[in-house]
Amino acid sequence: MPKDSGIGASSKRREDVRFLTGAGNYTDDINVHGQAYVHFLRSDIAHGRIKSIDTSAAEAMPGVVKVFTGKDFEGVGGMPCGWEVTDKHGAPMQEPPHPILAQGKVRHVGDPIAAVVADSLEQARDAAEAIDLDIEVLPAVMNMKTAAQDGATLVHDDLKNNICYDWQLGETDDAKVDEVFANAAHVTTLDLVNNRLVANPMEPRVAVGEYKPGTGDYTLFTTSQNPHVIRLLMCAFVLGLPEHKVRVVAPDVGGGFGTKIFHYAEEAFCTFAAKACNRPVKWTSSRSEAFMSDAHGRDHVSKIELALDADNNFIGLRTNTYANLGAYLSTFSSSVPTWLHGTLMAGNYKTPVIQVNVKAMFTNTVPVDAYRGAGRPEATYQLERVVDKAARELGVDPIALRRQNFITQFPYDTPVALTYDTGDYNGTMDKLEVAADLAGFAARRAESEANGKLRGLGINCYIEACGIAPSNIVGMLGARAGLYDAATVRVNATGSISVMVGAHSHGQGHETAFPQVVADMIGIDESMVEIVHGDTSKIPFGMGTYGSRSLAVCGSAMVKATEKVIEKAKKIAAHLLEAAEADIELKDGQFSVAGTDKSVAWGDVTLTAYVPHNYPLEVEPGLEETAFYDPANFTYPAGAYACEVEVDPETGQVTVEAFNAADDFGNIVNPMIVDGQVHGGIGQGIGQALLENCAYDEKGQLLSASFMDYAMPRADDVPFYGVDHSSQTPCTHNPLGVKGCGEAGAIGSPPAVVNAVLDALNSGGKAVDHIDMPMSPSRVWAAMNS
Amino acid sequence: MYNFEFEKPSTVADAVSALGGEDAQALGGGQTLIPTLKQRLAAPSTLVSLGGIPDIQGVCIEDDGSVAIGGATIHATVASEAAGSYPALAALAGQIGDPAVRNRGTIGGSLANNDPAACYPAGALGSGATIITNTRQIAADDFFEGLFSTALEEGEIITTVNFPVPQAASYQKFLQPASRFALVGVYLARFADGVRVAVTGASEDGVFRWSEAEEALNKEFRQDALTGLSINPANMIADLHGSKAYRAHLVSVMTKRAIEACM
Ligand SMILES: Cc1cc2nc3c(=O)[nH]c(=O)nc-3n(C[C@H](O)[C@H](O)[C@H](O)COP(=O)(O)OP(=O)(O)OC[C@H]3O[C@@H](n4cnc5c(N)ncnc54)[C@H](O)[C@@H]3O)c2cc1C
Repeated sequence: MPKDSGIGASSKRREDVRFLTGAGNYTDDINVHGQAYVHFLRSDIAHGRIKSIDTSAAEAMPGVVKVFTGKDFEGVGGMPCGWEVTDKHGAPMQEPPHPILAQGKVRHVGDPIAAVVADSLEQARDAAEAIDLDIEVLPAVMNMKTAAQDGATLVHDDLKNNICYDWQLGETDDAKVDEVFANAAHVTTLDLVNNRLVANPMEPRVAVGEYKPGTGDYTLFTTSQNPHVIRLLMCAFVLGLPEHKVRVVAPDVGGGFGTKIFHYAEEAFCTFAAKACNRPVKWTSSRSEAFMSDAHGRDHVSKIELALDADNNFIGLRTNTYANLGAYLSTFSSSVPTWLHGTLMAGNYKTPVIQVNVKAMFTNTVPVDAYRGAGRPEATYQLERVVDKAARELGVDPIALRRQNFITQFPYDTPVALTYDTGDYNGTMDKLEVAADLAGFAARRAESEANGKLRGLGINCYIEACGIAPSNIVGMLGARAGLYDAATVRVNATGSISVMVGAHSHGQGHETAFPQVVADMIGIDESMVEIVHGDTSKIPFGMGTYGSRSLAVCGSAMVKATEKVIEKAKKIAAHLLEAAEADIELKDGQFSVAGTDKSVAWGDVTLTAYVPHNYPLEVEPGLEETAFYDPANFTYPAGAYACEVEVDPETGQVTVEAFNAADDFGNIVNPMIVDGQVHGGIGQGIGQALLENCAYDEKGQLLSASFMDYAMPRADDVPFYGVDHSSQTPCTHNPLGVKGCGEAGAIGSPPAVVNAVLDALNSGGKAVDHIDMPMSPSRVWAAMNS
Repeated sequence: MYNFEFEKPSTVADAVSALGGEDAQALGGGQTLIPTLKQRLAAPSTLVSLGGIPDIQGVCIEDDGSVAIGGATIHATVASEAAGSYPALAALAGQIGDPAVRNRGTIGGSLANNDPAACYPAGALGSGATIITNTRQIAADDFFEGLFSTALEEGEIITTVNFPVPQAASYQKFLQPASRFALVGVYLARFADGVRVAVTGASEDGVFRWSEAEEALNKEFRQDALTGLSINPANMIADLHGSKAYRAHLVSVMTKRAIEACM
């Protein structure tokens, strides 16, 4: 029986009413009295040396408040990177400065050069056109492999080369890896590209900075996934402001997908300029600006080699990846190709020897950072493509080959630094085989062929590591932040509850799912519980939402805080019931004395806490508790996906005919929301596999700079999904036994789609090994005809 | 966007005189022009909206059986009102953009703009339509002069487009994955006195007639009439979404599908 409230119920998303009726409060809806507008003059050159900037004409234009250039920020810090990666020789990564406005050089199309603050946006734009720039064009550094060579043009003149770090994980002894490959019965090798993506949340980025001269307080309203992280980075590293004088508010945020995790120059600028101009300053990104200033995702070029023994057991895996970081280090960029990617290269398989090599490169492109999945899709894509290719080369069933190599004993220490606590990969594969009706595939293929189409089936397994933690370990790995989270449970006198959480909801449905947990623990109606998030002046210091961490990490803090509340409430109830605390039980919102019919309601206890007339003297009045939670380990959601495509052999057009997902997310709080998260992730994965392509030309011009050329997936590009999450191995180390579900769809789906297309082509007699994403009709056609 | 004056006349004569002002420009549905203005790529002093002129809106059937469409008629109107009289053209209009675009964008704006990937130019050229302006009549064969360029003079307004109705016609559009304009679109119309095949999306010179295919089909209108024919890729467009060879190949495939649809 499905539950109708509490943990396990598909409660309808209460926040959707305001989103769908236009009653949301997004950052662009916030207008502060007297605000001025900033327009950023951005470089249209990928790489150049700034000879001069003359702003005098612009300053004299109507409505102009002030014109800023890099010079105005010489005493100010640059944009920080939150993760120091140590390279394989023990040296810290090269960390070039990242000024708020360009200093000395421009390094990508979109790099902000000057900022005009004016009474109106149009006046700011007019004045920006009057800025006289003299920029000497330099050759653009675009190709990662040539950028890594000695003598290559340098993106940053003060660095020794364009390599941020040369990193390695797993087996350090090259000879040992060589030996495994030399002794292998079969080696499968694959070169592939994980295409660069633009996240394109529906809401572009916005920042409104405000300064109150009377008190010296700043407020920054911003489209962020993690307001406390922004406040910490901006105060401590960029502007040097005391945190208690700065409030950061991230109200309703219209999608993030990772790209709103990072601290951006525009946020620091608006905060700085609000004081410098003595006026609130607002910036709203246009969609065109978003394409050239939001951190991009992916962009890896990899070679992967898989060694198998004569019985088709995986015996070794070696990868060599070039990871594009773009022109500057975005906040968490350095961690993505390393600790979020290399650590996942074992996947679901017990490969004993693994070596991961990553060269992270500076190029004259927009900075690259985490995008839904962040490193884990890049790992999964390599692994699952090479496994599929191996199956084809060996003529074995791709599912059987995977099953044969699955990890089945837990906990499992991988050769790449993780300990998987639990899982059941055969369990999800069993579910998938049924849900996707794999037995009926041959008949469906015959039907497609009768209609002149090729049909393919692609299988994929994935594992991801969510809720990155614990802080002491990630600190050793270079993180410059903790990765705990926090919640305050504030019970009001009449029994309703406000939960202040460090996680931030920007589409995930926290406002619905989090109350389900607290209400369930106490046994009251969900509507009595509400969460508060997104405002540093209201919530405890939490780390925000990314990496599928919210429920696993912040939800755990919330459970701990609720437990403390219940413990205290029991003391009060024991006093009211004149019973021993140990005898008090809480069920359905009633405290009762075990074995008696004596009870007192939740609301009477909460009222007593705030009107403590008849009250235990040793207990403090009030009912409010805070908990911080630092997980002991990552969580490891895993699953198996199946995609069926049709390919039109005349045009190369691919259509996704069916997509089924079997995920193990451990325990589930709201199945409907989880389904929705998987749907959205798969949609983005299909987008990456078939449509999305952020492309530059050799001069560093962005070719896909608008929706005219950047293809987002639309409703008719995706099928109705089948999602099964009935295979559950609860996480062993958090109180809810939950694992996180936000990224799985985007991680697990691209290889399934690509494997399906290749299966279709091979079934039609085209011996095609690989096609890089996006598998656009022209690429598929070219591959069929080469 | 730069500032501009806005006028919304109710007659063609008033529109023409308003367009006589310096740097004045006609505004149809604004689906191309407004984004251009927003990016500050154009700076007209006055926008003269053609949306308030009843005379140049709507679809009607002329005495000779041809379909006349007012120059300021939106795509959605053509999609619904020409469905009975000229289904292939109505289908073309119904595949342009999305509902918002179809309820704003106009046939006159589309033809005047002559985007190399637009649909209406193929429909007009394939049908042998006549473009009627405030001063003259221009045969479609003489109207399209290359990328974004037409025979229209400065300030000249498309008031009506007159489509002879063929015995059978089909528009086959292969979508550019991002914009969903035509990566390649083929409009084939079969008249009693001959077949016309117009191709959009493919050529660096904009919409064109594939005369070899027309000749072959005029000899015999058969499904395999194109066997042995191909388009020279040299003049095809190459971009992120398709090479020259791919576009040339698609012209053949889409033409073949149009023939099948007209059998
Ligand atoms: C998202 C999107 C998708 C689209 N998809 C497609 C598609 O699939 N296929 C397709 O063909 N098109 C597509 N379009 C373009 C659309 O059809 C436009 O309607 C068309 O390009 C311009 O028509 P308009 O009425 O909006 O003209 P406007 O943008 O107002 O004007 C365009 C030009 O024509 C001039 N003009 C306008 N009306 C007249 C007239 N009556 N006489 C003389 N000059 C005139 C204007 O001065 C201007 O130079 C798409 C557009 C968008 C925004």
